[in-house]
Amino acid sequence: MLMLARSQKDAEVGQAALEPSIDVNGLTVVYPNGHTALIDVSFSLGPGTICGLAGPNGSGKSTLFKALMGFVRPARGEVRICGLPVSEALKRRMVAYVPQSEEVDWNFPVLVEDVVMMGRYGHMNLLRIPRAADRREVDVALERVGMSELRNRQIGELSGGQRKRVFLARAIAQGAGIILLDEPFTGVDVKTETSIVALLRELREAGNLMLVSTHNLGSVPDFCDQVVLLNRRLLAAGPTAETFTQANLERTFGGVLRHFRLGGPELHEDDDRRAVTVLTDDERPLVFYGERGDESHVPSDQRLPRGKP
Amino acid sequence: MSELLVPFEYNYMLRAMWVSALVGGLGAFLSAYLMLKGWSLMGDALSHAVVPGVAIAYLMQLPYAAGAFFAGIIAAFGMWGIRHVTRLKEDAVIGVVFTAFFAAGLFIASLYPIPVSIQSIVLGNILGIADEDVVQVVVVAAVALAILLVTWKDLMLVFFDESHARAVGLNPVALKVLFFALLSASAVTALQTVGAALVVATVITPGATAYLLTDRFGRLLALSVAIGVSTSFVGAYVSFFLDGATGGVIVTLQTLVFLTAFVFAPKHGILAARRRTRAAGEAPQP
Repeated sequence: MLMLARSQKDAEVGQAALEPSIDVNGLTVVYPNGHTALIDVSFSLGPGTICGLAGPNGSGKSTLFKALMGFVRPARGEVRICGLPVSEALKRRMVAYVPQSEEVDWNFPVLVEDVVMMGRYGHMNLLRIPRAADRREVDVALERVGMSELRNRQIGELSGGQRKRVFLARAIAQGAGIILLDEPFTGVDVKTETSIVALLRELREAGNLMLVSTHNLGSVPDFCDQVVLLNRRLLAAGPTAETFTQANLERTFGGVLRHFRLGGPELHEDDDRRAVTVLTDDERPLVFYGERGDESHVPSDQRLPRGKP
Repeated sequence: MSELLVPFEYNYMLRAMWVSALVGGLGAFLSAYLMLKGWSLMGDALSHAVVPGVAIAYLMQLPYAAGAFFAGIIAAFGMWGIRHVTRLKEDAVIGVVFTAFFAAGLFIASLYPIPVSIQSIVLGNILGIADEDVVQVVVVAAVALAILLVTWKDLMLVFFDESHARAVGLNPVALKVLFFALLSASAVTALQTVGAALVVATVITPGATAYLLTDRFGRLLALSVAIGVSTSFVGAYVSFFLDGATGGVIVTLQTLVFLTAFVFAPKHGILAARRRTRAAGEAPQP
């Protein structure tokens, strides 16, 4: 299977051992009902990375997160976080988790600032009484996601985008080097998505490692420098430019993707043989421009000039 | 006037009042968690499930609290196990397990007559509580409350977001086991005061009432415990004059408090909802 950032990993050995990293090695997960959710998945990620995790529904994205959080035990293989076993890494509070909206009880009687303060629990004493430093971290985190004004709202009174930002603030307040984000862009508007992406980029600059599961294939090349493509087995993993290709996506999603190919004589009568290919698994299509037979992906910020209409 | 102080002159009444208050406070504390998770009927189930434990403990001349506690733990694990392995939904699992335990308790008690009547298990008998039972109730309730005061924030986190609880280094499974152990303990103590039939009220109503009054969990807990303690204390006191079953009076009081909150709660009550609808209706249409 594909290994990525190996050289990067090797360079780390001997350095500060606790730089953020995720190493998944031959991971196989079988649920008690006999369903095999992941088969022999291996990949590695290092610090300063935003990694997109894509795959059809039921492809094991959630299971991979559960394995990283120690909720499910591998039937075979292992997961190491910062070189440590998962349970040890969790004890050291190295992983933050931003849940899917559906997993959260929005009627729970907690205010925005209460949720962000939960990020500090691991730093507090047994009675979880916040100190001045904890309050300061909460203020900073709320400020960074632009939620300071709404800090005294009950979480159910927020819009979809605001809800996401609260949990992102909690991850920031926790100060973990690794942040797992489960479908952070579902049900948020483009403006919120842009601001979340900007924040993730800042965190990447600071050396954090983020793993982001998403259905918005179109936005993956915009902010992910690495991708992992999953459909129970690992289909591809590596730098976005080389890995996030039409061929790999078609292998990953099988017949699930909507697939349009626009071009050639059906579309125009001149000699321009280039075609536009649109792949989408929900609302935001991913668009490839290129020559017929050319499967390489061109990032959307380097779009080729359009041919004559 | 002096007539109102009469209950305080009787030792058994004094004891009934403060033991009820302690037990009511413990149940109210737990009710705040149960209600938020949709597990309220778990409390009911456990209170019935401890009955065979009580019966067996009497037969073997062990402290009844120990028997009840073990029966409660076994029932809680039984429910968790059935839920985990099968595709049955929570309500069906709870129903199957608690009726099975309750039936077993009645069956054992009918085969081997025990010195306590079924009626006092079902309805409670705080006025006639024996000294050694008072000691058991007080020790169990005090230990449980002490544990809750230390772990309440951790438990809240586990109930709100288990993944995050793991991420900050907590052990959600251990905390859940602890919670159900405390719930069993609460059910054991409440058997004495309000009886198995009404334990469910003491571990639901105070939390449900407090939830109508606040959006912060810490305050919800404080309000819930205040409601539980005061209604239990006053209920025991009032039952002296009404000559009614203490459990019935306590739960009736709790219901009255709930109804008051339901109507008058500043944000989540009927009147507040109506005010909001009217305000929205009167707002100038764009």
